[in-house]
Amino acid sequence: MTSSLQLDQHGRLRHLLTMDGLPRQLLTEILDRAAHLAEATSGADKKLPNLRGRTIVNLFFEASTRTRSTFEVAAKRLSADVINLQVSSSSTSKGETLLDTLKTMEAMQADLFVIRHDASGAAHFFAEHAAPGVAILNAGDGRHAHPTQGLLDLYTIRAHKGPPENLSVAIVGDVLHSRVARSDIHGLRILGCKDIRVVAPPTLIPAGIEQMGARVFHQLEPGLDGVDVVILLRLQTERMLGAFLPSLGEFHRDFGLTRERLAKLKPDAVVMHPGPINRGVEIAGELAYSERSLILEQVANGISVRMAVMDMILGDRGASK
Amino acid sequence: MSDRRPAPSLLFEGARVLDPASGFDGSAFVAVRDGRIEAVAATRPAGSFDQTIDARGQWLMPGIVDIAARFREPGASHKATFASETRAAQSAGITAVTIPPDTRPPIATPAMVDRIHGIADRVGGLDVHLLGALTQDLAGESLAEMSALRQAGCVGVSNAASGLRDSLVGRRALDYAHGLGLTVHVFAQNPALANRGCAHEGPIATRLGLAPIPVAAEVSAIRFWISLVEDTGAAVHFGRLSTARGVEMVGAAQKIGLPVSADVAAHQLFLTTDDIGSFNAMCHVLPPLRSAEDRDALRAGVMHGLIGTICSDHQPHEPDAKINPFPLTEPGISGLETLLPLGLVLVEDRILTPLQLAERLSLGPARVLGVAAGSMAVGQRANLVLVDPAQPFELRGDQMLSAGRNTPFLGRKLPGRASLTVHAGTIVHRIQAPR
Repeated sequence: MTSSLQLDQHGRLRHLLTMDGLPRQLLTEILDRAAHLAEATSGADKKLPNLRGRTIVNLFFEASTRTRSTFEVAAKRLSADVINLQVSSSSTSKGETLLDTLKTMEAMQADLFVIRHDASGAAHFFAEHAAPGVAILNAGDGRHAHPTQGLLDLYTIRAHKGPPENLSVAIVGDVLHSRVARSDIHGLRILGCKDIRVVAPPTLIPAGIEQMGARVFHQLEPGLDGVDVVILLRLQTERMLGAFLPSLGEFHRDFGLTRERLAKLKPDAVVMHPGPINRGVEIAGELAYSERSLILEQVANGISVRMAVMDMILGDRGASK
Repeated sequence: MSDRRPAPSLLFEGARVLDPASGFDGSAFVAVRDGRIEAVAATRPAGSFDQTIDARGQWLMPGIVDIAARFREPGASHKATFASETRAAQSAGITAVTIPPDTRPPIATPAMVDRIHGIADRVGGLDVHLLGALTQDLAGESLAEMSALRQAGCVGVSNAASGLRDSLVGRRALDYAHGLGLTVHVFAQNPALANRGCAHEGPIATRLGLAPIPVAAEVSAIRFWISLVEDTGAAVHFGRLSTARGVEMVGAAQKIGLPVSADVAAHQLFLTTDDIGSFNAMCHVLPPLRSAEDRDALRAGVMHGLIGTICSDHQPHEPDAKINPFPLTEPGISGLETLLPLGLVLVEDRILTPLQLAERLSLGPARVLGVAAGSMAVGQRANLVLVDPAQPFELRGDQMLSAGRNTPFLGRKLPGRASLTVHAGTIVHRIQAPR
């Protein structure tokens, strides 16, 4: 549905805005490229020349150090020049519109913008208004999409469990506000996963999510029954204020991953989380870095998939540009 | 108007005359003199006329009464002005508009009523009706001076999209308005349930990550006001319905004789939440575009007359207001110039007969407002529109007269339009297209 803008007429990646509508072959190609780049940068010299001379701007309208850092590391490993800009929402309200911000940055001859913004659709907006040679990489827009997180989750699942076709994956927690959940669901669906579950109290499940291909569970035990992968979502601790939940304690008692619940999972089931974790809320602190947890590996894989996306958008089009 | 010379007398020949007040639908001569309808007759009226208008193949009906249009002046003249929007209205066959009280500052004092009427008089060529504020400054805390607003000329009262502090304020305000014979115009949306959302709750909002507005935001507001009408017998008009359940509830209330009426914005009869596509900000409206089932129920409501009025819900914007990520754009469609053309599509779709369309666009709203319009009876003020139902055109931004070109219908082929508009006996718009 929303894919036409992000592919060029040859079906190559022009922007990355959402997982929604990405062709399966292209998605697989990104994951393969990520694996290849991970391999190529595994030695002492982690730098590749692929994007030498290219300029990448991290344009973050939402505070983020972790995600921004992984984009920065990814760009630098490909030898791109990187500019980090943290723009507070208040400065854009001082008369400068988002479009002004984009045009100003374009004038610095950037090749690619990595954008994070709290409004759903922000990445599409920038892609629609970007100059022809400028690419947009969505690093999270509102509740809509966080495609590189979706990719790194797929990459991590594939590395540990193989192709997702016959896996059962449960996404647990604040699905309502989660762009990660949406990107994961799209990605898993595209790769043929037939058992995608979302597990949360009804206040944290958005209406009609079944139409994206997920089954809804309001209780943790049946939701986790027989799954191969558990993806925990970060719960913003202010959700009690909006009357979504009575307390963090009650959420943890009903939906938190504890040692007892972990013991009931399949012996080879793995646990993931996009970070940063709330210890004692989504997951008992002692489990965060246990051998069943892939949380740190996700961070490392995030660099590889972000390199792959940057390389495919900018590197591949070098000849035709 | 500055020009006080009598307008030229007019004779329309060969038109299909649609008079919702009498139910007449047939060929007739219509004569206009001294600002009024002088004759409607099967044979050519006696006397001489300054202008004879060949109206063969066209419909002559009462000028459109648009029950909800924002002209943005005063307060937001960077979006539009009375002059620009009056011109757009005239070109669209609209001879009267009702302006809701959410101007800046709001229509909450007689001084503000006088000020807007003063602007309207200077521009001229359009009847401008005003809704006064229901509560002071639309703040929802205490009652506005409704009696003074009525005396200043307001035709109804409303709190527009602003909420009330509590349900008791609603009850008292309705009681008070009822005592003055004022209809309360309700924008049926519970603000707490709408929760600053921007899209219909469902799969599209979920997929796009847009904050949802549940159907219950509308339904609970309608239910609340109907329960007050049951207690008080006061008249309530529900503006801009968007849901099937809302239509059903209004219909049920009418069935037991409660004094409730309703309107719908023309775009709600054509668009659904699917039209948002990939964040099309032109489809950001309040109430939001809803499901196909809702749209069909709204169409059925219009067809059966329980929705007696179709309006433009005109909200012109400057381009920048729509150049932003979807949730940050300002809601609203520039709707004056598509109101009649979309109505003609309803006739094509056999939702309405031409006479019924004329009623939903003129007599229906005139009755809600209590103004003399929507009739072609002899002696009536001559507010008329000549409609060419078969002159297809493509809506283009550069040909729109409204200062706001924010419409999702750009590029859409529409079946016909107003070819001539008469306001108080004076031709204020005429297409000079070859026929």
